[in-house]
Amino acid sequence: MSFVELVEGPLFTLAASIFVLGVLWRLIGIIRIGRTKDISPPKASAALGFFKGNLRHFFPRGIFAKRTALHIIAGYGFHFGLLILVLFAAPHIAFINDRLVSVALPEMPRWGFIVAAEVAFAGLIMLWVRRISDPVMRLISDWDDHIGTWLTFLVMLTGCLALQESHAFLRGFHMLFVDIWLIYFPFSRLMHAFTFFLSRGNTGATYGRKGMNL
Amino acid sequence: MSEISNIAVAKFLEHTDAEAASFFEACVHCGECAEACQFHLTSGDPRHTPIYKLKPMERAYKRDKAPFSSVMKILGLAPSPVTEEELREWEPLVYDTCNMCARCTLVCPMGIDIAGTIRKMREGYAAAGIVPEGLQRAAEFVRKTSSPMGVTVKALKAQIKHQEDATGIKIEVDKKGADYMAIFSSMEIMGYPEVLGAYAKLFKRAGLTWTISSVAYEATNTGVQIGSGPLAKEIVTRVVDAAEALGVKHVISPECGHAYGAIRWAGPNMMGRQFKFEVVHIIELLDQLRRDGKIPAGKKDSRRMTLHDPCQIIRRGGLLKEPRRLLDESCSDFVEMKGAGMTNFCCGGGGGVSANPRAEEVKTAAFSLKVDQLNGVKDLEAVVVPCGNCRAVFEDGLDAYDMDLEVIGLSELIAETLADMGETQA
Repeated sequence: MSFVELVEGPLFTLAASIFVLGVLWRLIGIIRIGRTKDISPPKASAALGFFKGNLRHFFPRGIFAKRTALHIIAGYGFHFGLLILVLFAAPHIAFINDRLVSVALPEMPRWGFIVAAEVAFAGLIMLWVRRISDPVMRLISDWDDHIGTWLTFLVMLTGCLALQESHAFLRGFHMLFVDIWLIYFPFSRLMHAFTFFLSRGNTGATYGRKGMNL
Repeated sequence: MSEISNIAVAKFLEHTDAEAASFFEACVHCGECAEACQFHLTSGDPRHTPIYKLKPMERAYKRDKAPFSSVMKILGLAPSPVTEEELREWEPLVYDTCNMCARCTLVCPMGIDIAGTIRKMREGYAAAGIVPEGLQRAAEFVRKTSSPMGVTVKALKAQIKHQEDATGIKIEVDKKGADYMAIFSSMEIMGYPEVLGAYAKLFKRAGLTWTISSVAYEATNTGVQIGSGPLAKEIVTRVVDAAEALGVKHVISPECGHAYGAIRWAGPNMMGRQFKFEVVHIIELLDQLRRDGKIPAGKKDSRRMTLHDPCQIIRRGGLLKEPRRLLDESCSDFVEMKGAGMTNFCCGGGGGVSANPRAEEVKTAAFSLKVDQLNGVKDLEAVVVPCGNCRAVFEDGLDAYDMDLEVIGLSELIAETLADMGETQA
């Protein structure tokens, strides 16, 4: 079995399984902790508040926009750039159709890949530079924040190196980092990709009962 | 780990429900919350970052309760235990520099309710006895007299008598079967007793029957401020028992921020049952009476006024529009300050900060942001502050910053601008 076959075959299957089971285990673990039912007479719907809270925090409030502009631009740039790369890069579509599920996703032109990658890289680097330079972020950051950032960076970097498909090893190298990233994900703060909806939703529900959308 | 840290950690874990867990699990350490925190904005100290204040509780959760915590412990990757020294180091962050205003939640991309979680974290601190002396003293007063300022029923009755003399209206005490029972904060009873007269005037006009209980007149819930669930429940129970014994249909929560949250939102959950009466905030009630035409507005106050939004009534309480509707009808020159409403700054003394003399310096510094807001309104003559605690903080703060501005309560303003019988608003 070649290196590429290993990282795209059994290792990927193992990594993807750990990812799925780990994410489910962690989400169910959080929910299973439970919460005492709020019996104060509500003014409005908590369920509606759950959804409104989730939507509201996608959009920064104007009064904070100036102070948090860097984070908003870098954060959205990175996340959108990465999402576009994952879903619409031609090699990814081929991999998804071959290994995961048959789905007709539109292929992004090469220039689109370059733009999305540059935006994602710029966003990720800006966020990390801020993490190591801003006194607040330096104080609250831990090793998990840095490992998550660097693993994601390496996945993206090796992905760009593999884009030309000039050497099978480069593709294998990219997949190796994808596998490591998938295994690391459920045990790390990368889980925020799933836990954000619980956090926003819980606050939304709590204040939604009071008729507010915080 | 010492016995004290064991007690605190046990309470941290007990109060880390699925909601708090979701917050700890979702935080990406972006530090945005610092940009909304009044204490960080005025001190620039990174330790005043709201999410950082929760660190000991988060550590306890990640070590002992989080999914995978057992695996992490086996692998030696779990966080180290929380020590008594750390708890003591964090105490000023938890009590002195968090007014539980929830402004940080507005800016948090994950929507984390840091204020609500600080409230839960304080349970651990209160149980372990690591609390500021000022709050401890207030709690002792509450146990002895039911009031954090030691206001006795004798003092209350003296204030009632003065207001009866001033208004010529009888104020009933312990009247069974009244529709409403009013409770007040100690600050109102002793510092702003005109509010009793305002209630008397407004309710007489509205045709409501109301009373004050001689055993449960105090609304201030020191238990909520200090973070003691048992004390908070004891204070709420006193009011509930008195209201149910008098057979009232409603209890009126006063112009006091945390008191409203304590009885309206937390109260039934503390008692484990719904009340036999409805809790209504005075602002909510006045707005309803105004809409029903029972307390029509008369000649408007012509002074240029703005409104301070008490965090626990507005942002965390849900009463955003009501005070504005009332002010629009009672004041001819009402101007909003910059950042008013949902995103308004706290007075700086919420969350028990004003009851904690150790926090005096940071509280006054935090008020500077309110000063900037007030100075942003040209030719301002008065500020309406519908919370007794905020009002006292305003008076101290304005004095500290040498500002000449009248601070008034909303109920008093509504009573003063009430239409005379037969008068219609111009």
